Amino acid sequence: MENQQLISIDQLDTDSYGIVRQIQGGRELANRLTSMGLSTGSTFKVLQNRHHGPVLVLVRNTRIALGRGEAMKILAEKLHEQQESD
Amino acid sequence: MNNRNQINSANPVQKKTAIVVGLAGQPNVGKSTIFNLLTGLNQHVGNWPGKTVERKEGFFTHNDTHLRIIDLPGTYSLSANSTEERITRDFILHEQPDVVVMVADASALERNLYLLAELLVLPAPVILVLNMMDIAESEGIQIEPQVLEAALGLPVLSVVASRNEGVSGLIQIIEQMTKTPQEIFKPNRPDIAEPHRQVYSHVQTLIKNHVPQPYSEDWVALKLLEGDREITNKVMTWLPEESQQAVMAILKQHEDAVLDIAGGRYEWIARMVRAAITNPKPGQISITDKLDKIAVHPFWGMLLLMSVFALVFWLTFTLAMPIQNWLDVNIVGSLQHWFKEALATAPNWLADLFVHGILGGAGIVITFAPILIVFFFILGLLEDSGYLARSAYVMDRFMHALGLHGKSFLPLFLGFGCNVPAVMGTRVIESESGRLLTILLAPLVPCSARLMVLALLAPAFFGNQALTVSWALITLNMLILALLGIVLNHTIFRGEHTAFIMELPLYHKPGLRAVAFFVWQNTWAFLRKAGTIILVVSVVIWALSRFPGPGIEQSYLASLGRSLAPVGKLMGMDWRLIVALLSSFIAKENAIATLAILYRADENSSGLVKMMVSLISPATALSFLVVTMLFIPCVATVAVMYQETRSWRWTLFSVGLLLGIALLAGVIVYQGAHWLGWGV
Repeated sequence: MENQQLISIDQLDTDSYGIVRQIQGGRELANRLTSMGLSTGSTFKVLQNRHHGPVLVLVRNTRIALGRGEAMKILAEKLHEQQESD
Repeated sequence: MNNRNQINSANPVQKKTAIVVGLAGQPNVGKSTIFNLLTGLNQHVGNWPGKTVERKEGFFTHNDTHLRIIDLPGTYSLSANSTEERITRDFILHEQPDVVVMVADASALERNLYLLAELLVLPAPVILVLNMMDIAESEGIQIEPQVLEAALGLPVLSVVASRNEGVSGLIQIIEQMTKTPQEIFKPNRPDIAEPHRQVYSHVQTLIKNHVPQPYSEDWVALKLLEGDREITNKVMTWLPEESQQAVMAILKQHEDAVLDIAGGRYEWIARMVRAAITNPKPGQISITDKLDKIAVHPFWGMLLLMSVFALVFWLTFTLAMPIQNWLDVNIVGSLQHWFKEALATAPNWLADLFVHGILGGAGIVITFAPILIVFFFILGLLEDSGYLARSAYVMDRFMHALGLHGKSFLPLFLGFGCNVPAVMGTRVIESESGRLLTILLAPLVPCSARLMVLALLAPAFFGNQALTVSWALITLNMLILALLGIVLNHTIFRGEHTAFIMELPLYHKPGLRAVAFFVWQNTWAFLRKAGTIILVVSVVIWALSRFPGPGIEQSYLASLGRSLAPVGKLMGMDWRLIVALLSSFIAKENAIATLAILYRADENSSGLVKMMVSLISPATALSFLVVTMLFIPCVATVAVMYQETRSWRWTLFSVGLLLGIALLAGVIVYQGAHWLGWGV
């Protein structure tokens, strides 16, 4: 569970799960994302990532569309399918 | 003094017992539906002082209870990141409402309670309304409001606003809250998370006794740790120098506090909802996800969007065009006729003022209301069902090339109906630069009035090829919009990157009431804002075309047109076409009316068309149409551009740029055709 396992959300494939560990890019972005449910420690599912264009994630029963730039700033720990029912 | 007493005694009930209610909530939670249910048409729509954010206030009277309800902007939190957030918290801090009613979406309760965690630190009692209980249930989420109420220590009411279920119960709770707040409002407030508790109390000590009313030390300390720029700046003016530095040093050292504070709030939320909520079994796929398989799919999603587009236009024009036409001929036409007869003995100019100045200008514009009503009705259905957010998502990658993101797509789409609401619709874009750019680009979307001019003139000049020419011209507009966006993105707006973060709400059946309100508000705003300005300018332009007289050929407008003849010549246009373009500044469809006068055609359009075909070459006609489609926005649009940007410089720059582009395109088209030896 060390830092090298962290991966930015834009690198996660469709239908994969993860836990948010870190949000880079300043307080403003962190504030906006956390207030919409994407806080550190939250489990999310990638609903769509075509590896270009925006990324769609599901967190706290909220579907959030993220521009690629924003998705790159969110670092997560990838979960394996068995762990998904957090 | 005396006077004031008298006024008070004349109106004792309203003054004394009006309870001020702030209606708060995150976006897409049905807050407006509840506001509209309570206030009906008894509401006032304006702007927050000095801001371009809509302020809605309404009244509600039930027996002896009078409520003054202020619909606060929808916000996810209360940081100072957006104008909306600042407005909401400043309202609660400075205007101190008697009660804050927070509306929450029951299907995403945990996220919604984040705002509650922030509200509870402010000095106002809060009532929680769980809306969309039906949607939560269909998602497999079970909530027990009483359990939540006990945990939170504040009144919780569950409602289904779209079906008007349970909303009336709110009045009673509001009354109770103002009479005996201590009995029902004993909130369980969130704590700051462990790692930063010590720092928090350190900051509190440093600012102690320096925080003026209405701010509280606890709240200010919290906002400092969150890195709230507005509060930080304020605190710096309150504190003596040595404390300033101490505070800054702490903040710098604990930049990560913002994530921790948020984490702490979610921990508190988890504790609050633990006993009250049952989440669906994992693996259950909601309807929304099933529908989204198509709606946000890169290929099918795009195809769906295009079909929706086509349907919107087809419906708008087949349903509303005949009505517009009917109003134009039967209402405006017969009014004109009536004025002509009624004022037959009055001075000639007076009848002319009513017939051509007022009815011919402002009157015609009002006949566009049916087109807007149909357009906004369909748009309202799409918006309320949750689809519109998907269209922004699908368009995001294209909008990025223009330096914009998905959210800008929505106002631009509105522009096909009318550019006025399009410019007003840019309010959904958070960043200032994104808004300015979208406002500048919006007039390039051909509005229904321009499409009408095109629909009338293209078949006359181009016969069988009218459809091809029309599509080519619309495509040209969109191409220039895209090009201009790309160019500006690499010049003026270079380096401005705006974050695209948008919630895609759950799909649900649109509520007719909500859609009706959407239509009413947009149409009314159009009629009010555009109507007043258009009236004034129509009269001005009419006067320019009428005086000194005797005919329009000797008018000030004609001399202006003639003085511009050299420019016109480059585009193959004579002064009459130039004047028609100038008059289209009032309202785009005026171009037709002006041409009718200048070419001395009969009042109906078929006579005009015959006359023009014999006098105007296809190359000139093409350049005229190109310029009309691209020309500076109409006066109502310019007025709202100023209103929304609050900058004449930006407004005039935009208008100048669009004018330059239109003229250049006209020259290129005409000279190009000439050079090819086509249609001269």
